[in-house]
Amino acid sequence: MNGSAVTARRLGLINCHDCHLLVEAHQVAIHPRCPRCGAHLHARKPNSLARTWALVWAAIILIVPANVLPITITSALGTKQADTIMSGVIYFMQTGSWEIAAVIFIASVFVPFAKLLILVFLLLSVRCRTAWRPKDRTTLYRLTELVGRWSMVDIYVVTILVALVKLGAVATIEAGPATVFFASVVVLTMFAAESFDPRLVWDVIEEDA
Amino acid sequence: MVAGSDRRGPGQMSNETPMSRHHTRHVHPDPPPDTDLSAAVAALSADSGPTVIVACHDCDLLNRLPGQSTATILCARCGAVLRRSKPNSIERSLALTLCGLILFVLSNSFPFLAMKTGGFIQETTLLTGIHELWKQELFGLATLVLLTCVLVPLAQMTGLLYILAPLHWGRRPAPFAARVFRLVQEVAPWGMMEVFMVGILVALVKLGHMATIVPGVSVFSFGTLIFVMAAAFTTLDPPLLWDRLDLRR
Repeated sequence: MNGSAVTARRLGLINCHDCHLLVEAHQVAIHPRCPRCGAHLHARKPNSLARTWALVWAAIILIVPANVLPITITSALGTKQADTIMSGVIYFMQTGSWEIAAVIFIASVFVPFAKLLILVFLLLSVRCRTAWRPKDRTTLYRLTELVGRWSMVDIYVVTILVALVKLGAVATIEAGPATVFFASVVVLTMFAAESFDPRLVWDVIEEDA
Repeated sequence: MVAGSDRRGPGQMSNETPMSRHHTRHVHPDPPPDTDLSAAVAALSADSGPTVIVACHDCDLLNRLPGQSTATILCARCGAVLRRSKPNSIERSLALTLCGLILFVLSNSFPFLAMKTGGFIQETTLLTGIHELWKQELFGLATLVLLTCVLVPLAQMTGLLYILAPLHWGRRPAPFAARVFRLVQEVAPWGMMEVFMVGILVALVKLGHMATIVPGVSVFSFGTLIFVMAAAFTTLDPPLLWDRLDLRR
């Protein structure tokens, strides 16, 4: 795009993150809260890049045990069986319910990895100060914000299974250690998406123009 | 200043029109106005009835919105939705919120799912799973599920009721209503009832071949609650609400 875009920042205005009131920056220097809704005001999310990187790295580390360790432990008639996320997907595919396999695969494997990839890509693109397709990158950002929550499906499945299947010696399902790691990944990536400021994508282009 | 005749000098936007439902302030470009910028501002605030200047939340571009319009307005640069027209939003959201609260009470007072295997019935409520996770010492996980499926939706609904009811009955906004509304919007991504519903479907298929699963009253009220809540939030008109809740005037 061009460098002559009239943004709130160029006019010395701060857009309240919550209620979208435009406040003059020099007023904010005296009183840092939004006069209408009381939110903390800042022209850009504070330390956006550093925070997002930190959360993304934490998620990248935790996504490994989340996928390797068992997410459910089923005990039936004396035998114990541990299932990981992927073995659950394969089980559904083999028993013919491929729709459910697809739902779990997309929500628990595809979405978390895709989200992390997109966030890393956005962070790198801001660091490289590229002017490449800012509109599409903003759309990508909105997408990560939107889909992240759906990864929680597997956590809820475990919650329901744990509640329903407790028939003493006959059959019990326990939550495996991966549940904690997986839930952490979902929460961390949600926070990461929230701490990334898409306006940075446009800022670097304006500054370089 | 009179609506429809807000004249602006070059390099200065002034827009305290009574018609403008939005958030606009006087602007004095403190650094010496570079000519490019002031021309752009003049173009932005060219006279055409009561207009409103809004900064895009995704790319910070200032956009000029018409004061009264039924169209959906997108950011000129990045395409984010800046405003949507929503008729009778306060009444509709209030009605849907009340409906949601009733469904919430139902969802939490009746059996949720029951599993039948060879004369043995295991009945659960919405909270059983959370209780089980807690017993397995997965405290964080239990809290997360409790927050995302029970507490956040409940907080959102009571918050909306608290904000909307006084506005509907023509009273002054409730104390701290603006703050409450801000919190309602901030917790919104953490309400995940619809994701929980998908979880139920997956669990049903998983257990379907080894036992009979009997859905309780609660499942149906919970399923309806999801749609009612979604409808309550789509009928909500945040710019209008922010304007009504603004106590500075």
